[in-house]
Amino acid sequence: MSLLTVKDLSVSFVTRNGTVQAVRSVNVDVKENALTAIIGESGSGKSVLCYALLGLIPTPPGRIDGGEAWFAGQDLLTLSQRDLRRVRGSQIGMVFQDPMTSLNPFLRIGEQLAEPLLLHTDLSKQQAKIRSIELLEEVGLPDPQQAMQAYPFEFSGGMRQRVMIAMALINEPQLLIADEPTTALDATIQAQILELIKSLQVRRGIGVLFISHDLAVVAEIADEILVMEKGNAVESGDARSVIEHPKHDYTKKLLASIPSGSPRNYEPKPQTLLTIEGLKTWFHTEAKTQPVRAVDDVSFAIQKGEVLGLVGESGSGKSTLGRSLLKLVNITEGLIHFDGINLSTISTPDLKTLRRRMQMIFQDPYSSLNPRMTVFDTLAEPLLLHNLVNRSDLETAVRALMDSVGLARAFAKKYPHEFSGGQRQRIAIGRAIATKPDFIVADEPVSALDVTIQAQILALLADLKEEYGITMLFVSHDLAVIRQISDRVAVMYKGRLEEIGPTKRVFEQPESSYTQRLLRAIPGQNASFK
Amino acid sequence: MLKFILLRVIQAIPVVLAVITVTFFLVRAAPGGPFDSEKAVLPEVKKALEAQYKLDEPLTDQYLGYLADLADGDLGPSFKYPGRSVNEILASGLPVTAELGFYALCFALFIGVFAGVLAALRPNTRQDYMPMGMAMIGICMPSFLLGPILILVFGIYLEWLPISGWGDLPGDKILPAITLGSAYAAYIARLSRAGMLEILSQDYIRTARAKGASDLRVVFKHALRGGLIPVIAFLGPAFAGLLAGSFVVETIFQIPGLGRFYVQAAFNRDYTMILGTTVFLSVLIVIFNLVSDVLAAWMDPRLRTQFSAAK
Amino acid sequence: MSHSPVEVADDEIEASSLWRDARLRLQKNHLAVIGAAALTIMILAVSLAPWISPYEYDAQNLDLGATAPSAAHWFGTDIFGRDLLTQILYGGRISLAVGFIATAVALLIGVSWGSVAGYCGGRIDAAMMRFVDVLYALPFMIFIILLMVVFGRNIILLFLAIGAVEWLTMARIMRTQVQSLKQKEFVEAATSTGLSPLVILYRHIIPNAVGPMIVYTTLTIPSVMLLEAFLSFLGLGIQPPATSWGLLISYGAETMEEYPWLLIFPGAALTLTLFSLNFLGDGLRDALDVRGSKD
Repeated sequence: MSLLTVKDLSVSFVTRNGTVQAVRSVNVDVKENALTAIIGESGSGKSVLCYALLGLIPTPPGRIDGGEAWFAGQDLLTLSQRDLRRVRGSQIGMVFQDPMTSLNPFLRIGEQLAEPLLLHTDLSKQQAKIRSIELLEEVGLPDPQQAMQAYPFEFSGGMRQRVMIAMALINEPQLLIADEPTTALDATIQAQILELIKSLQVRRGIGVLFISHDLAVVAEIADEILVMEKGNAVESGDARSVIEHPKHDYTKKLLASIPSGSPRNYEPKPQTLLTIEGLKTWFHTEAKTQPVRAVDDVSFAIQKGEVLGLVGESGSGKSTLGRSLLKLVNITEGLIHFDGINLSTISTPDLKTLRRRMQMIFQDPYSSLNPRMTVFDTLAEPLLLHNLVNRSDLETAVRALMDSVGLARAFAKKYPHEFSGGQRQRIAIGRAIATKPDFIVADEPVSALDVTIQAQILALLADLKEEYGITMLFVSHDLAVIRQISDRVAVMYKGRLEEIGPTKRVFEQPESSYTQRLLRAIPGQNASFK
Repeated sequence: MLKFILLRVIQAIPVVLAVITVTFFLVRAAPGGPFDSEKAVLPEVKKALEAQYKLDEPLTDQYLGYLADLADGDLGPSFKYPGRSVNEILASGLPVTAELGFYALCFALFIGVFAGVLAALRPNTRQDYMPMGMAMIGICMPSFLLGPILILVFGIYLEWLPISGWGDLPGDKILPAITLGSAYAAYIARLSRAGMLEILSQDYIRTARAKGASDLRVVFKHALRGGLIPVIAFLGPAFAGLLAGSFVVETIFQIPGLGRFYVQAAFNRDYTMILGTTVFLSVLIVIFNLVSDVLAAWMDPRLRTQFSAAK
Repeated sequence: MSHSPVEVADDEIEASSLWRDARLRLQKNHLAVIGAAALTIMILAVSLAPWISPYEYDAQNLDLGATAPSAAHWFGTDIFGRDLLTQILYGGRISLAVGFIATAVALLIGVSWGSVAGYCGGRIDAAMMRFVDVLYALPFMIFIILLMVVFGRNIILLFLAIGAVEWLTMARIMRTQVQSLKQKEFVEAATSTGLSPLVILYRHIIPNAVGPMIVYTTLTIPSVMLLEAFLSFLGLGIQPPATSWGLLISYGAETMEEYPWLLIFPGAALTLTLFSLNFLGDGLRDALDVRGSKD
């Protein structure tokens, strides 16, 4: 039984640079008691599509150009705002992406949770409260009574997302729309929320429209999959067929970009480049009396020529560790030796020279480049600082750099904001390898990128590493990526080192229970990918 | 919350002390004394007067003596108006200025918040441009220009309202209150518009809409609380500004309030008067700043619990 | 070895810096453009006052007295028979000069203070900003009045007094800017490249903090001018024989029943200038707001 039938939906936006076609003639079908996933990268129009269904697109810049959306005998696209309001929150519930900002920080949880009941039913406040507590129990919140009185900021991301789901389902809607509900969550939490959504779908027999950019995430829970690219519906069908026998090139590309395959066999590298002993990086804040122990007594070594993957969830301290190695933050205690040189006792002029040999690639391509410097200037800066080229050879050197990271030479005088995320990361990588460093810390270099671009950048990094013989510390929360690129893996949790060893061994025979939990949480491992 | 308040009070004390000290020595450092006026006074008489008011003692002694009196709440006698103490003069002027300030603030808050919220609901349309245009006028037309023009139009040409004085007629209060409050109405309008726009673009507003809340409900229940925090925080500086603005407005409309007394005292080198009024007004400003800070912090539950419970 | 580039392109493509984008956006804002034009005209007019004013600045004509606007005197005359247009032009020189110079003083102190505090962080930052907080809590209006009464008749002191009030907010804004920029990854990248703190401040932080500072400066000038007018109105600012718009307005207010033009024209001059500055400032804020879209 089809709950929602969307035919030929087209949505466009009028922007400063002209009219953008966000959704082009898309058909979607959501059945009862089934989970339909819409997969697409940024700019695919997947979110716009859902918002358009509920009339949540601001209609001055946005415009529904055509199509129908049949739900419960009505075409949603023809409804007035007043009629749509009756549908929202009662017949169709919606869950959004970022739980940290999707709840009103000024109102208590109980108040927000009961709101849909009070808006759409005749329940009294007392009855609504009871119902709310029931829902909180259903979504697995411990101590629901207490939670009702709490404010959102008192909860973690995972808990808030559970509240959001409860809020969306409290009026027993037939359809639940979830817009990237787990994208902002840690891996282990993501697994829990995915399970929750799927079980709710099955138990209540509702239809779920699940938006995601990650095929792996939906592989296990989706019944139907629709793939979108640049506003077009590119492929659709039941989940297994789409994943195991993709027909469209884009779908194939998406599937190919998922980091997979078994980890390589481990070949130990003889020379040690970096050693860390008893490293502690603690932060003191005014608000709390106890310092934040971001890195708490970590010791390991990095061998020359290897890629050491550093994996952990948010708050594990992995980013702080990377920054501590490069002396971008002050360490509290411990020793770091780089190629025999003690980094704690090094003098400032020597440190400057040493920096030539160790560089960093940052996570956010939108803030890791100075917006007021051209690509040329950004790439030239390290070359000039360390006197690696003469002025006369500078132009050639920069252009060669651009070549090696796959940037067209003609873009040299452009500014960062004129590039896409993937291109900006290439510039950042170019900056990092400009001095031909021995060691690079790559801090979540692909986490902010679309899956297809991610694959390209990972390939680039692997090639450059081979070509220049770079030793790399690859920091990430994404286990699949780590598995693909690392020789050895170190797992961090709450500032401590849980486990370290060759990738193959850690993934196949994890020793620490936390590592086991992490591995279980990798999405899509029970689905079969080509 | 209590800790927060206590902390602020403790921080305020050195400020008040600094005010007293700086004012004291500044005034004394000025050329000319209270008794060097145009009237030719015999040197012996002048000396006697100065002795009576302890002006012949060393400066630091005078300072300490003043502080001692201050602890008793005694602001000293007025030099220019013999027989009247500063406390008396303040007491006569304060109610007037307070009333004027109160009306001006009410005017500023009501008009400002209303205009700002209205503008934020339909940005870049006429509903936005008109109130914000008026707000711009309020900012660019100083009170000493607006006041006379209002008097000209409403008092003289149209003869609707009285042009000066401060009697019991409500009509007396209208023009001065509007003159004093209009600049602040304008600032508050702009602040509340900006605050509301910021809040309305937040994700949780979209969540509220997705639950089926009407536009009105979204504004009042979800947006207003956060959107008005900048306005609440502005109340402290607004109060200080209103006090300063009252100087001019009272002069224009001939209102017997503190402001006029202050300006006159400054001209007359009436030390105790200047000092007393400065101290008094400064303490008021500090208190008001404290109240507005506390209110703004209290409105944000994230800050509220941070200061009460030790997590 | 080169990798297949994601894009292919021909020769050098013209780049679009953020400044250029902002300038284009500003040009589309009609109010801001009008404001800028009006401001330019005003500044030109008052600068050329000695050459373009129809009469001598202090040419009195006691027989004439105050007259309404006429062909001979476009804005009329004051009670001493002096041409009002001339008065306004000369008064404008003082008012605008005070506005710009006092703002410049505040800018200099505020930007230096704020960037040092913001960049150093830690104890230095805490100490410097505590100082600012204490000063901020003082009721400055009252102090300025006191200063002017006590030491009066000194235009330099006027500049300093006003500058002393305004630099505090400038310092705060600059510090917030620098602090938030310091945490940006490209600043970390600059450190990791090996650049010295001074170079980082100069090349990476300050150019990115300039935008909001420009906006704030443009909006500070009108409030400084208002402050001067306010003081002059109370008789505490500019003293005759010099004149300013504030002073002219106060004279005009005294005789507004009989000679309303003495109030209206100086008032209009001040209000129009303030409008222009505010519209320009608002326009700049909107134009510079989108700092490199995240699309």
